[in-house]
Amino acid sequence: MGRSLKKGPYAEESLLRKIKRMRKETKKPIKTWSRRSMIIPDFVGYTFAIHNGKDFQPVFITEEMVGHKLGEFAPTRKFTRHGAHSKRTIAPK
Amino acid sequence: MARISGVELPSHKKVGIGLSAIYGIGRSLAHKILGQAEVDPDTRVKDLTEGEVNILRKIIEEGDYEIEGELRRKVSTDISRLISIGCYRGIRHKRGLPVRGQRTRCNARTRKGPRRTFGTKKKTK
Repeated sequence: MGRSLKKGPYAEESLLRKIKRMRKETKKPIKTWSRRSMIIPDFVGYTFAIHNGKDFQPVFITEEMVGHKLGEFAPTRKFTRHGAHSKRTIAPK
Repeated sequence: MARISGVELPSHKKVGIGLSAIYGIGRSLAHKILGQAEVDPDTRVKDLTEGEVNILRKIIEEGDYEIEGELRRKVSTDISRLISIGCYRGIRHKRGLPVRGQRTRCNARTRKGPRRTFGTKKKTK
């Protein structure tokens, strides 16, 4: 179920503050654990290092990503395969 | 034989259902359109008069409905957008796995396709 419109989008307060402070500064990744934060238009152009439970995945935010949550871009699971891992099976798609 | 929006030719079915042969029109939209056209949903497609067919065609083609190619295009651009931004849903689409959080331990055959079994890993010398 979607979030009530009444409340507006959710983004961690600390992230918003950080963005404000970082404006016009050198753009280095913003480390965050807040996977639940929605990407708001202000985030566009920044790089976030999003925690995936183990380490931080750098993600550059583009305009198209607005409205998604940060966590959608840092998968928490590792894809593994069955069987013998020959060159053929392991080749990236 | 009625031909609406390109290649659609419903058959001996009742129009209420026949219209749903058009991609983007389901039973509920079909009945709505028939109500608007004042055509009985229980008439068979072959029994429609030329005039009725024309009214239906007009409502469907000139109405504000996303149908057939237009709708297919929209769906596929939506999917390719998800893939290009690299979000979780995009990854699931790319890998051909269920997108909406269903289990994949078993089942999920609609997305995964026919079963492919893998042998156990052979010891290499």
